[in-house]
Amino acid sequence: MKALIVGVGAAALIALPFATQSDYLLNFAITTLLLAYLGQSWNVLGGYGGQFSFGHALFFGTGAYATAVLQTKAGINPYLTLPVAMAAGGAVGGLVGALSFRYGLKGSYFALVTLAFAEVFRILASAAPFTGGGAGLLIPLDVRAANLQFADKSSFYYLALAMVAGSILIAWGLERSRFGARLVALRENESSASALGVPVFRVKLLAITLSGAMAALGGSFYAQYFLYLDPSIAYGAGMSVEILLAAIVGGVGTIFGPLVGAIALHGVGEAAKSVTGGAPGLNLALYGLILILIVRLMPQGLTGWVGRRG
Amino acid sequence: MSALLSAERVTRRFGGLTAVDCVSLSLEEGKITGLIGPNGAGKTTFFAMISGFSPPDAGQVFFDGTEVTGLPAHKICDLGLVRTFQIVQPFVGLSVLENIAVGSHRLHARRADALAHARGVAKATGMAGMIDRAAATLTVAGRKRLELARALATQPKMILLDEVMAGLNPTEIEEIIPVIRSIRDGGVTVVLIEHVMAAVMQLAEELHVLSQGKLIASGAPAEIAADPQVIEAYLGEGAARRLAGTTHA
Repeated sequence: MKALIVGVGAAALIALPFATQSDYLLNFAITTLLLAYLGQSWNVLGGYGGQFSFGHALFFGTGAYATAVLQTKAGINPYLTLPVAMAAGGAVGGLVGALSFRYGLKGSYFALVTLAFAEVFRILASAAPFTGGGAGLLIPLDVRAANLQFADKSSFYYLALAMVAGSILIAWGLERSRFGARLVALRENESSASALGVPVFRVKLLAITLSGAMAALGGSFYAQYFLYLDPSIAYGAGMSVEILLAAIVGGVGTIFGPLVGAIALHGVGEAAKSVTGGAPGLNLALYGLILILIVRLMPQGLTGWVGRRG
Repeated sequence: MSALLSAERVTRRFGGLTAVDCVSLSLEEGKITGLIGPNGAGKTTFFAMISGFSPPDAGQVFFDGTEVTGLPAHKICDLGLVRTFQIVQPFVGLSVLENIAVGSHRLHARRADALAHARGVAKATGMAGMIDRAAATLTVAGRKRLELARALATQPKMILLDEVMAGLNPTEIEEIIPVIRSIRDGGVTVVLIEHVMAAVMQLAEELHVLSQGKLIASGAPAEIAADPQVIEAYLGEGAARRLAGTTHA
């Protein structure tokens, strides 16, 4: 049954660009997939490892700036910026992880530290000359596949879909590996885990590094897709919250949770807009209300809720 | 018989309270040793010190020829010394098999190997029938047994069992005694903290008695049971003399 749902879902996602040429729909699908990918990067650390980050924009923004700055200031080909962006995201993750896990920060304290780091980076990005400051960075339009810019949205769509597939593979791998088993064990109980030989600090550090590198690639994609970046887009709390909402609404620590959550979040957002018509702000109130209901009624997220009924 | 673990003058203080006071003892390979004493004697603190959860303030701990004083718990586990918790701490969100597999992963890197090994451990500890149950649904006896199975899955040289029989009914205790004996027969040195004296007397070949942080007696169970100092530690000053009086009268 589950395999059938996954198969049909995957086929539908692959076929989508053949069914519609509408820029509006494809744009909606691309941003949803990007959110699903970012949600999965959060899920690696927060879902499987139980370390709730409230500042995932830190990694997203670092990747986005790495790609944008290297291109515009150093003239490096965007494809070559991708590994640099991932390395930068991983390094920032490792740094934040080393600082917070070394001193045993957990729960809300860890969440606050990640939030604070994202804010620090936002302010630094507003002040530094090479990031374009508050005015942001514009990546010059030069539509060539060799330049990682595409005329048709369906290319971006498949790129985003491939990233989501890759991130799902990573989650799948976590559920079938020693690293993943240890990550879940320390989420459930740290002292038990270390009593059973789990090197808690090292496993957490690896998880946040992996999560940071993944999120950074999402940032690079964002920069190439929108060709514009400013500090509050890259490092803003809005992005951090959206990323963690996707994973939480979909179901933390599950393979498909972030994808389901991203579709639900964006779907509800768009539906709220069309239902409320032109009344300004009303769509956001409705969106918020629905989110509260989901979290209240389905504490294990959408996939957990369906799982208990299936 | 050689000492697998030796603690030399280990001390642990919590503020003004000295929980373990300059205790030296050796635990021999291949035996079941009991660590007993009244509540608050420092038994659990002693376990925590030798297993890396609470490094001693003074003294040294040697395990299997290496000094392990102050090493983190996971490194000590890697050397083959594993503990269980008095207040059971299962991974509640996981199944019984997944719980045990965390221990199996110490020596089995591949998931499939770890799960296969965990199945074997579940069988050996009498948990084969419940491997797919969520750990959260286990009874107290089940959780105690899981605690033991998980620790055993790390394939240790020495296992420290902290009150695995507390809270069990007499039937459940009868069931777990052969399991512990079979662990020793499998070549694992067993150290028990236990209040269920009948079980300790049946299982242990050697006893160490702690009272108010100090080691007050060591020896075979029969000697210990007759030791006036031990009786007084449990029943109060003068108890040994009064007991002797009643038996002679």
